[in-house]
Amino acid sequence: MSILHTVNKSPFEKNNLESCLRYAKAGSAVLLIEDGIYAALTGTTFEAKVMTAMEALDFYCLAPDMKARGFTSTKMIDGIKLVDYAGFVDLTLEYDKVQAWL
Amino acid sequence: MIKKCLYVNRRAPYGTSYALEAIDAVLIGAAFDQDISLLFIDDGVFQLKRDQDTTDVEIKNFSPAYRAFDMYDVEKLYVSEEAMAARGLKKRDLVVDVEVLSDSTIRDLMDEHDVIFTF
Repeated sequence: MSILHTVNKSPFEKNNLESCLRYAKAGSAVLLIEDGIYAALTGTTFEAKVMTAMEALDFYCLAPDMKARGFTSTKMIDGIKLVDYAGFVDLTLEYDKVQAWL
Repeated sequence: MIKKCLYVNRRAPYGTSYALEAIDAVLIGAAFDQDISLLFIDDGVFQLKRDQDTTDVEIKNFSPAYRAFDMYDVEKLYVSEEAMAARGLKKRDLVVDVEVLSDSTIRDLMDEHDVIFTF
C-alpha cells in the first residue's frame, strides 16, 4: 500500500512534517500544500532534512500555494515536482490512500 | 497620551488569519495616533516576501498593504536577522524596506515599548 501524505503546516512552526517523515514508508509520497510549501525552499534550516527524505520518498509541492506566498521553482529544492490542482487530484488516484497531516 | 505600541508578527500569511488581522489592528492603532512599530519574527518574515500572487488560490493578496503603511505614518518596520537566515530570505526578497535587527537588539526593542500586541 502506498500512501500520499499531505502536509499543510509550516515546518518552522509545527512538527507535522517531521512526524510525517518519521512514519512515511519508502515509496510513499509527500505533497506540500498551504504553509507546508515552506519546506520545499532552498537555503532553509529544513533543506537538508527534506533532501535526505527525498532519497526514499517522492516530493510534490502545490504550485498555487507556492505562487501565493511569493515563491517560484527557482527557490525550490531540485527534484521536488510542482503540481497544480488537477495534478493534486491525479496524485490522490495514483496512491492507494491519502494521509493528511493536519 | 501617545503610547509606543509594538505589533509582533510571527505567523506566515494565508495559512491562518493572523497576518491579516494584524494589518487591521495596525491601521486602527494608526487612526488613533499611536506611535507604532512593526516587528516580524519567526514565520512572520514570510508576510513580507515580495511577488506574492494569490490569483490561483482565490484569497486576497494583502501584501501591498505593507507598502501603504508609510501613508499612515507607520514607518518603523523591523525584521529578525535570525528568522530571515533560518528561512533562506535576504533583505532584497522583501516587499518593503525594513530594518534588520539581531535577536538581542529585538529584546531591547520589546523592552522599550509600552504595549506589545502579538499576532
